[in-house]
Amino acid sequence: MTGSAASPITSVLFYIFALMAVASAVLMVTRRNIIHSAVFLITTLLATAGIFLQLEAEFLFVVQIILYVGGIMVLFVFVIMLVNLDVSLHLIQFNRQKYVAGVLAFVLTAQLLIAFWVGRSSLNLGDARAMDPKNTEAVGQALFQRYMLPFEIASILLLVAMIGAVVMAKRRV
Amino acid sequence: MNHLIPPSILPYVLPVLYGVVIVAVLPLLAGYIVLLERKVMADMQARLGPMRVGPHGLLQPIADALKLLIKEDIIPVKADLFLFWCAPVLSVTMALLAYAAIPFGPAFQIADLNVGLLFILAISSLGIYGIVLGGWASNSHYSLLGALRSAAQLVSYETAAGLALVSALMLAGSLSMKDIVQAQYDQGVWFIFVVPVGFFIYLVGSIAETNRAPFDLPEAESELVAGYMTEYSGFRWALYFLGEYANMVVVASIATTLFLGGWLRPFARYQDHLFGTSVELLDILPTILFLGVAVYSFWLAPKQPVKIQKIVMALVGGLCLVLAVGMAGALFAPDAVRMGVHGAFWFLAKVFTYIYAFLWIRFTFPRYRFDQLMRLGWHFLIPLALVNVVVVGTTIVLQQNWDWRHPMLTAIVTTAIMLGVAAFLGREDKQHQAAVEAPEP
Repeated sequence: MTGSAASPITSVLFYIFALMAVASAVLMVTRRNIIHSAVFLITTLLATAGIFLQLEAEFLFVVQIILYVGGIMVLFVFVIMLVNLDVSLHLIQFNRQKYVAGVLAFVLTAQLLIAFWVGRSSLNLGDARAMDPKNTEAVGQALFQRYMLPFEIASILLLVAMIGAVVMAKRRV
Repeated sequence: MNHLIPPSILPYVLPVLYGVVIVAVLPLLAGYIVLLERKVMADMQARLGPMRVGPHGLLQPIADALKLLIKEDIIPVKADLFLFWCAPVLSVTMALLAYAAIPFGPAFQIADLNVGLLFILAISSLGIYGIVLGGWASNSHYSLLGALRSAAQLVSYETAAGLALVSALMLAGSLSMKDIVQAQYDQGVWFIFVVPVGFFIYLVGSIAETNRAPFDLPEAESELVAGYMTEYSGFRWALYFLGEYANMVVVASIATTLFLGGWLRPFARYQDHLFGTSVELLDILPTILFLGVAVYSFWLAPKQPVKIQKIVMALVGGLCLVLAVGMAGALFAPDAVRMGVHGAFWFLAKVFTYIYAFLWIRFTFPRYRFDQLMRLGWHFLIPLALVNVVVVGTTIVLQQNWDWRHPMLTAIVTTAIMLGVAAFLGREDKQHQAAVEAPEP
């Protein structure tokens, strides 16, 4: 690794990725066509992956792309293509409850601000560069030694969900 | 050179140079793989193949590229313009981006990432969006069906191919492409000889991932006209083709690095110096090969029917002669240059051998039906790959604990077990299919 985390290139990259992520998240909500929404969700996920990379968390970057962009979003797009798009084009996208939405947004913002204020002492972020370049091995060791039990519990949970989905699909055939 | 470039950008010079070389050379390479494909197909069907443009059709790819560039660009009226424009570009970009982590030689690599292999897999899995979005944006039933088939096929076979790679990864103990090749040098064996079943699963999975026959259902011409690229023409169509062939080179490079020893020459640890010089005996193989091709081209040159073809054939011979001289010259160069040139030669030789296997399979097997494709993936390849991971992992641990050092023993034991599992899976599948297809009583 040649560039240090504090170099100007890194912060410029961060702002590019952050802007991309926020802009495509907004576009994803406002597009009328679901396929376009899916494409903007993909760019949001890719920009987030870029931020992981910029933090030198290479493993997270790659896993984000393989799992979310390469796996889950392909299935999303697959399902969207199977449904009838014309129906969704004529649905009303936004309802008119402006005032309720405004109050809810205000409450949520206030909650977030209070949370930040209460926890402000922990906001002092350390040096993000103090990471071993071989962090893939570290992730593996943490998962399979220290957090073995939670890892296995999560695996069994996913397996149960998968078998449940298969059973539900089979009953209808 | 170090005096000319300021030190702050020095580390970026070589990677940028390599990147420019790869992006410039790859379209040409893809064109010549198309020619190779047509020639191999012709050979297997006892025909001559393209013969008109240049001697033995050697200039055909350039003529094709020119033709595609100046063709009319047709966009369907009801197409989704933005995505229709985006999709082929996406397909090519993702294929080219994957080259960033491929080691063509010990030094010829743009970036040696700690997660190199995962990076290549991640980027090449994004190429699917080129196909899916292009198929949807065309607003045509054939295109949409091709895109849907492609998405289902890719998700199914990526799993099997990824699991097959795990078996080689466990042997190497690293995700960095460079370290994987180094591990094969240190252990003195290419991983194809230790985990042949993993290589076989990856071979099948990679054919399906690149949408090539017998798994080319997304573009099955007898059912879907041309699948996802039915509505594409001219240069956009050429971009799809470029993406497909670039992807072929990517999967071939992954297989070469993980299973076929990357840039290592055959018998990399065997050292015998030629006539007391510093030249190693096996390092003269590339020189001999290029000399042979050069002599053959010169011998063919006077036999060409037209004068211009005679000249071009002689030029081909001259090119091979230059390459032979370069290969021989590299033997006496400093170690880094010698390793770089010869490494690149062996790497590309293995990549093309793998691609030749692709072509060979394409012209040998008939296309699968879609349900057969899914059954092969889910009922046979994925279970086989899962068992393979467990068997290989167990053998590696046993090896470490029992001081059981010889890799060939691992190979024989794991392969025997895996063949048994494959036979069992095959029989199960056959019985299951017989039960499904049996007439109702």
